[in-house]
Amino acid sequence: MSYDPVLYSRMLTELTLGFHIIFATIGVGVPVMVALAEWTGIKRNDPYYLLLARRWTRGFVITVAVGVVTGTAIGLQLSLLWPSFMRIAGQAIALPLFLETFAFFFEAIFLGIYLYTWDRFKKKWTHFLLLIPVVLGSSASAFFITTVNAFMNTPQGFKLQDGVITDLQPIAAMFNPATPTKVAHVLVSAYMTCAFILAAIAAASLLKNRVQLYHRKALKLTMTAALVFSVTTILVGDLSGKFLAKYQPEKLAAAEWHFETAGKAPLVIGGILTADNEIKYGLKIPFALSILAHANPNAEVQGLNETPIDERPPLLVHYIFDLMVTIGILLPLLSLLYFWMARKYQNRHYPRWIVRLIVWSGPLAVLGIESGWVYAEVGRQPWILRGYMKTAEGATTSTHVDLMLVLFCLLYLVIGLTVIKVLGKIFRGNDLQEELLAKGIEGGKAK
Amino acid sequence: MSYELIGITVLWIFLYGYLIVASIDFGAGFFSYYSHATGKRHLIQNMIDRYLNPVWEVTNVFLVFFFVGIIGFFPDTAYYYGTALLVPGSIAIILLAIRGSYYAFGTYGEKQNRIYTFLYGASGLLIPASLSTVLTISEGGFVIEKEGKVVFLFRELFTSPYSWAVVLLALVSVLYISAMFLTYYAAKAQDHGALNVVRSYALGWSPPTILCSLLVFFAIRNHNPQHYQAMLDLSWMFVVSFLCFLAAFYLVWKRTGYGWAFIFVMLQFAFAFFGYGASHLPYILYPYITLYQNFTSEAMALSLIIAFIAGLCLLIPSLALIMRLFLFNTSYVQGHAPKKKG
Repeated sequence: MSYDPVLYSRMLTELTLGFHIIFATIGVGVPVMVALAEWTGIKRNDPYYLLLARRWTRGFVITVAVGVVTGTAIGLQLSLLWPSFMRIAGQAIALPLFLETFAFFFEAIFLGIYLYTWDRFKKKWTHFLLLIPVVLGSSASAFFITTVNAFMNTPQGFKLQDGVITDLQPIAAMFNPATPTKVAHVLVSAYMTCAFILAAIAAASLLKNRVQLYHRKALKLTMTAALVFSVTTILVGDLSGKFLAKYQPEKLAAAEWHFETAGKAPLVIGGILTADNEIKYGLKIPFALSILAHANPNAEVQGLNETPIDERPPLLVHYIFDLMVTIGILLPLLSLLYFWMARKYQNRHYPRWIVRLIVWSGPLAVLGIESGWVYAEVGRQPWILRGYMKTAEGATTSTHVDLMLVLFCLLYLVIGLTVIKVLGKIFRGNDLQEELLAKGIEGGKAK
Repeated sequence: MSYELIGITVLWIFLYGYLIVASIDFGAGFFSYYSHATGKRHLIQNMIDRYLNPVWEVTNVFLVFFFVGIIGFFPDTAYYYGTALLVPGSIAIILLAIRGSYYAFGTYGEKQNRIYTFLYGASGLLIPASLSTVLTISEGGFVIEKEGKVVFLFRELFTSPYSWAVVLLALVSVLYISAMFLTYYAAKAQDHGALNVVRSYALGWSPPTILCSLLVFFAIRNHNPQHYQAMLDLSWMFVVSFLCFLAAFYLVWKRTGYGWAFIFVMLQFAFAFFGYGASHLPYILYPYITLYQNFTSEAMALSLIIAFIAGLCLLIPSLALIMRLFLFNTSYVQGHAPKKKG
């Protein structure tokens, strides 16, 4: 492969973001789950939930650290790898970037306090209140940074003439058409993912026949949250589809291999594309694309042929879109199934197969997040600023991007492996049974 | 005051804030490792942990704030510095990533892990060196624009006496600032064992700090005579800085007023840093980016400044809270408050 700074810059950005997103999602969603657990614990005066909040937080700190460092990395890399783009972005969307650091600052301060004040206040509620700024801060930083990404998809609030920006309106740039659906989708899917991750941990512990009551409570709490958030994610996802049909029809058309503009458009699942753009072996759901795009089975959906060939996204995004949607539909079904089972097996062990499925739901949700982002990002190729700047024009001209790519691969590999090792040790090292005993919660006999 | 001046002042204040808090943090990491290696760990580890645990994440934000802010106020910096700094910038990111994550792994995960402590301590010492590259290239001579492309001159950077002088100063002052702070903190904690150790570090690193400052001063004269002249015009600031240094050194030597000693250290660096910054103006990257020609649009400048003020209204009370709870809470500092974590 000959040296191409654009290609390597893209690969390095994908690598860093792909790694960061896992920890960023956890950073946004887990504080919400911790808050739910602590709130339930105080409200019902149930020490199990308080312990749950505590143990989740213990692992959360590790992921926050990695989230912070990879977030710093992507923040700097934007300028290092995409200097020409950031020159424009710096003028148009510096405001949300700047506000994001404030939100992050706010979260960092209160997380520090929260971690070290578990037993310091007389009232339990005081400690709980400290979590509110953490939740607000993490969700607000997701909000601000997502508006930046939304701006790249539907830029507005400025005029660009010969590389010079005029007539800038910072607020309009921030609240662009993509902002509402993108932000909502990012937030609820992050909450959903964390609910499933924590459910998966509880399920894995149940499989090992550890302290049943504690983990059953954890499972109930997380699966309830998971159901609510995953259904919301689907609803917002539907709105996102309608947004795309209106503002970025080529992205939706590429996802669905929809070439000819036509009404009663079917949704295609799977399949392969022949050389002359015929779809084979795909599962066609009639009218579904028209419904997704315009909430009307007969509505006309713009096809990819309307877009000049050199402005079309790669057609591979179809599979990635399918993956995201499939996971997004399977997960809420799984949580419904869990509730049905939980009613049926109230005081008995749950069947192992359902618990096993829940163990898989965590990684699946993360995969869903990753594929959703890949679809969103690759789907707007070849643009870095849709309609204004192609990706190739934004990249650095520096040599050595390839070397940096190798270095960062190694870095993430090492950090990733250590995270797995450390998290495993944290949960195994602090034996739950002993902790329950130490806190006088139960006599320590597993049911 | 013009928007331009407000913008750069805000950024400079944050960079100064980062300089202080990050130095304490980086130095503490190094001393922590050093004490581990020399068998004095039991003396100072508890004290360092009590300080660092609640604030390490906050430190990082100062840096993010600075680089996001400078791109906001001066978008052209992204273009020039971004292109030029790919390698040193990436190395700094990698070091920061190693340091941040291994701090957490070592603190919250596996305590007493030798490798984690080493990675955390050693990377902290290299970060100031890699970050100081930004200040070095801002003096000009390391970046040129050729045929519409920004080219970074590696060889010039590596062979320049000026850049090595800056690296040396960055390293030494990190250890100096950190030792001075830890001395104060140990005294407050009434931890005499730790106090003796860190006090000797503080005194030991004082003379090298001043020597290196002088070295940078002379190196600038050869590298950028125009800037050197501007610094001479502001020479009173550097004189005051030196006096503050003497005051700090005297107090620590006499074993009194450690709190005041650290305030003098902060003033010493404030005068030197703001003197350096003010004399650098109007250039942000000599001679390509100036304060006035490369400023962002008025609408963005205004909204950034409003956002900044609104943000401060949120941050200052929060920072005050964290300080009251941890840094200036005597019972916490002395380790009497329940030392519990998640």
